[in-house]
Amino acid sequence: MLLRAEKLGRSVPGKVLVTDATFDVRKGEILAIVGPSGSGKSSLLRLLNRLDEPTEGNVFLDGMDYRQLAPRELRRRVGMVMQRPYLFAGTVLDNLRFGPRQRGVELSSEPAEALLAGVGLSGFASRNVANLSGGEAQRVSFARALANSPEILLLDEPTSALDEDAKREVETVIQRIGHDQGVACVLVTHDAAQAGRLAQRAMVLEGGRIVRGGLITEVLRA
Amino acid sequence: MLKTLFHGQLQLGLAQAFAAALAALTVVILAGRRGIHLEKDLAIAMVRGLVQIVAVGSVLLLLLRAPNWTSVFLLAAMIIAAGATSAKRAKGMPGAFEVSTWAIACGAGLMIGVMTLLGVIDTPITTLVPIGSMMIANAMNTNGLALNRFRSDVLAHVGEIETALALGADGKTGVAPYVQVSFEASLIPAIDSLRSLGIVWIPGLMAGMLLSGARPIYAAIYQFVLLAMIFASSGLTSLVSTLLVRSRVMTPADQLILRPGQ
Repeated sequence: MLLRAEKLGRSVPGKVLVTDATFDVRKGEILAIVGPSGSGKSSLLRLLNRLDEPTEGNVFLDGMDYRQLAPRELRRRVGMVMQRPYLFAGTVLDNLRFGPRQRGVELSSEPAEALLAGVGLSGFASRNVANLSGGEAQRVSFARALANSPEILLLDEPTSALDEDAKREVETVIQRIGHDQGVACVLVTHDAAQAGRLAQRAMVLEGGRIVRGGLITEVLRA
Repeated sequence: MLKTLFHGQLQLGLAQAFAAALAALTVVILAGRRGIHLEKDLAIAMVRGLVQIVAVGSVLLLLLRAPNWTSVFLLAAMIIAAGATSAKRAKGMPGAFEVSTWAIACGAGLMIGVMTLLGVIDTPITTLVPIGSMMIANAMNTNGLALNRFRSDVLAHVGEIETALALGADGKTGVAPYVQVSFEASLIPAIDSLRSLGIVWIPGLMAGMLLSGARPIYAAIYQFVLLAMIFASSGLTSLVSTLLVRSRVMTPADQLILRPGQ
């Protein structure tokens, strides 16, 4: 297994956001986290790359306690795509270069073009991000996260702000990442049908607790 | 008109203060009609300002005979008070008081020290304290603007900052664009003061020097000197505070602390 969360949780004064979450993420799989709004899905996801600090439990990446890794290295290995793309001002290529530049690597045009081809945006490198559609911008944010060569990608409702066409385009990208590129994805979604289309396994969160988990067909049937 | 009604200096002063307060009150009433309620803030600020300045005036009267070295303690107390006032502009910002006080001490305190050593500011307490206080007050305002802008920019760009962190950036890189914008924005009033000097406004110090018999050209040059010192101390204060505050909004694990609703 690539990542293991053990009794993971986070509380803030007066509120338990997530508690007692134990699960694995396997290489190349898409694991969906589903549940109603406010059930703690995004809070759980943010604990996996330490954007928030767990107040209970632990996470192991390739068997290693993730607190022993420098946060920057952890976040390179466990990438994230947010609900909105939050592209930085400049060109698509500038955005792709952001991650590698943080560790002193300059991404050249060829691998950048390959990343863009992987998300169906060949020839977009020199485009200004201000001129992209919502779906294109979100696909650029996938390519930007993949530019760091992550082992796992955390996807926080990546299609919830998109129209139906753009949503399908992004779902295709997610399938390619999981099946073709072998990068494991943890997909947070409130859309059970989407989880059914994309994931092999799923877990259901309610009130900050995992109430069900297993193969996607079993979880959706229950 | 007031001068014909009030002959004693104290009575005249109080009458002038009343007239000026009335003007401020009119603005507050006008603002209140448009739904902007400043009544409480202004009432407290005006009473507090009047009491403070009268108290300082009384203290200065006593200090005319105090030894020059007492200036150091007075200016240090002013820096701490300025730090506390300025920190209130950055509610919710972790360590705002420490950041503000250190920044004003480094910016205004250092500049006052250097300029006094160079002989640009005279050492008598009656010169050093009023000029020093002007530099501290301006540094306080600049610091307040910088922290306020930084806080609101960070709160408005949580998504962008956390995206940068999620891509492997460290905390300082994540907030760098907002450090730069806050620094630039905080210096706009100081730059405008320098730019409009003599055209839009003739500052009080120059008017005072002219009234006390100084040569107009020297009074003019010294006014420029003062504004340049104010700009230098304000700029240094803003630079220090924006650099210090960027690490206060992150945990050691580069997690953003400052978030809406916290």
